[in-house]
Amino acid sequence: MAELDDLYQEVILDHNKSPRNYRVLANANRKAEGYNPLCGDHVTVYLKLDDGVIQDIAFQGSGCAISKASASLMTAELKGKTEAAAEDLFEGVHKMLTGDSEANHERVGKLKILAGVCKFPARVKCASLAWHTVNAALKGENQPATTE
Amino acid sequence: MKAVPQYFGSVQAFDVMRLREDFPILRQKVHGKPLVYLDNGATSQKPQTVIDALNHYYTTENSNIHRGVHYLSERATAAYEAAREKVRQFINAEAENEIIFVRGTTEAINLVAQSYGRTFIKAGDEILVSAMEHHSNIVPWQLLCQQIDAKLRVIPINHKGELVLEEFSRLLNEKTKFVSIAHVSNALGTIVPVKEIVRAAHERGIPVLLDGAQAVPHLRVDVQDLGCDFYAFSGHKMFGPTGVGILYGRRELLEAMPPYQGGGDMISLVTFEKTHYNVLPYKFEAGTPNIAGGIGLGAAIDYLLRLDWDGLAAHEHRLLSYATDALASIDGLRIIGTAKEKAGVLSFVLDSVHAHDVGTILDQEGVAVRAGHHCAMPVMQRFGVPATTRASFAFYNTTAEIDVLAEAIQRVRKVFG
Repeated sequence: MAELDDLYQEVILDHNKSPRNYRVLANANRKAEGYNPLCGDHVTVYLKLDDGVIQDIAFQGSGCAISKASASLMTAELKGKTEAAAEDLFEGVHKMLTGDSEANHERVGKLKILAGVCKFPARVKCASLAWHTVNAALKGENQPATTE
Repeated sequence: MKAVPQYFGSVQAFDVMRLREDFPILRQKVHGKPLVYLDNGATSQKPQTVIDALNHYYTTENSNIHRGVHYLSERATAAYEAAREKVRQFINAEAENEIIFVRGTTEAINLVAQSYGRTFIKAGDEILVSAMEHHSNIVPWQLLCQQIDAKLRVIPINHKGELVLEEFSRLLNEKTKFVSIAHVSNALGTIVPVKEIVRAAHERGIPVLLDGAQAVPHLRVDVQDLGCDFYAFSGHKMFGPTGVGILYGRRELLEAMPPYQGGGDMISLVTFEKTHYNVLPYKFEAGTPNIAGGIGLGAAIDYLLRLDWDGLAAHEHRLLSYATDALASIDGLRIIGTAKEKAGVLSFVLDSVHAHDVGTILDQEGVAVRAGHHCAMPVMQRFGVPATTRASFAFYNTTAEIDVLAEAIQRVRKVFG
C-alpha cells in the first residue's frame, strides 16, 4: 500500500506527535484563526513580523495528523523568511497540494514531504488550513480563514 | 385511525446474503479490497429496483405532473401520486394529503419552522430541542428565533447520550410553544423515547416535530401511534434517491399554516390582487417537484415492505452488539454514545489519533466510514472530542464486515505506533 505510506511518512508522524513551535507567541503582532468547517479542525497562527520579516512564528489548534504536521512543518520553514518569500512558498505549497501541473517540488524545500497529500483529495484541506491561516495573518485580515 | 398495515411481517425470511445481491454497488472493490460500506447514516445504498424505477420513469414516463392533459403527464402524475400513497402506508398516516413531498429532512424542518413558527410562535415564546440534534434541527429554529425574538432551549443529555427526561419536564412551561427532536440521533445512535416526549408535550397542548431521518431505515414508524404532529425524513437514507424527502403533518395543523414557498402547483387561482392557495398537500409543493425522486422513493418503500422486519430488527441488533463488543476490546478505543436503546450507529474515538486519519486508513482497507463532527458540533462539545469516527449500519451489513472494520482499526494503531 504505497499510497498510504506516502501520506503517513515518518517525518509527518513525528511532527504530529511532537509539533514544533506549538505554543502561544506572547509577543506576536499578527494573529489569525483558521477553521475547516467541514471537519471542525481549527488552528491559530501567531506571527512576530518586523520590517517585513517573520522573526518568530507559532501555532496552536486541534486537528488530524496531516493538519498538525503541515502546520508544524510550516512554522519551521517560515521562521526568518520575508513576507514575499512566505507568499511565494504559500503559492508553491498550494500548487503541490492541489496537484497543479505547474507544481515544482524543489520550490518548496522540505515541505515536499507533503506531496503525497494530493493523492488524497479529501485531505488537501487538512494540509492547507495552516497555510491559509498564515496568509490571512500576513495580510492582517480580521475574518477567520477557512478552507472553503 | 387505520390499523397498522398488514404487509409488515414475514414476507420472506430475512437472509442478509441474499438481500445483499439486491444492491449492485456492494459488489464493488475499493483500493483492491471488497467494499465494506459503513456510512449508511450519511446515505444508504440503493437496491436495483430503485435504480430501475428511476430509469423506467425517465425512459417511458417523463413529463410534468398535475398539468398536462396528455398521456405521459397522466402516467407520471399517477406514478407520483401512487408514491405518495405508499409513503402514507409506510408511516401509517391517516390521509394522503398529510404527506408533503420536500427535498429532504432539512427542508421539511425549515418548512415547519418558517410556516408554522412564524404564524403561531411569538416573541418571548420558547422552542425546545435536544443536545443531540443534527444541525438541521438546530439552525432552522435559531433562524426563526432571531426573526421573531423567541428563545431556543436545549434538553440536556447524559454521559451515555440519553435524553435527560426529568430536565425535559422541567423545561416545559407556559412559554414553550414547540418541541422539535430527533427520533434517532445521527451521531450517537440513541433511540429517543419520543412517545413519552409527545405525551408530555401534548398534555400542555404543545406540538411536536420528530426528525426521523435516522429512524425510518431501522424502525417501524407509525405516526398515529407516536402521536406526533410532524414527522420529517429523507428518501436517500432509506434506500431511495437523494433530493426527495417527506414532511408528514397532521391535517388540521397543515390546514392552518400558510404556504412555505410560492409558485406553480401551490395555487388555485392567481390574480395580481390576490392568490388563492391550492388544497393540501399541494399548498406546500411549489414548483415542479423531484418527480423521479418521488417515484424512486415509492420503489424503495415497495422494497422495504417486502422485507421481514422482525428478522431485520434482530439482524441489526446483532450487528450493533457484535460491533460494540469487537470495538470495545480494542486498546485505546472509546465508544461515544452508549445509550441503552440504540440503532445502527457506532461512534468512537481512538487515543491520540484523529478521526480523519482513522477514516483515510480505513478507506485504504475498503471500509467506508464517516469522520468528523457529523453535523452535530454540540454533541462533540458535550463529549469533549473534536470529532469521531462513525460506523453506521444498514440491514445489508454483516458481522464479517465488522471483522474487517476491527482489523482495519488495528492497522490504524500500527501506523500511528
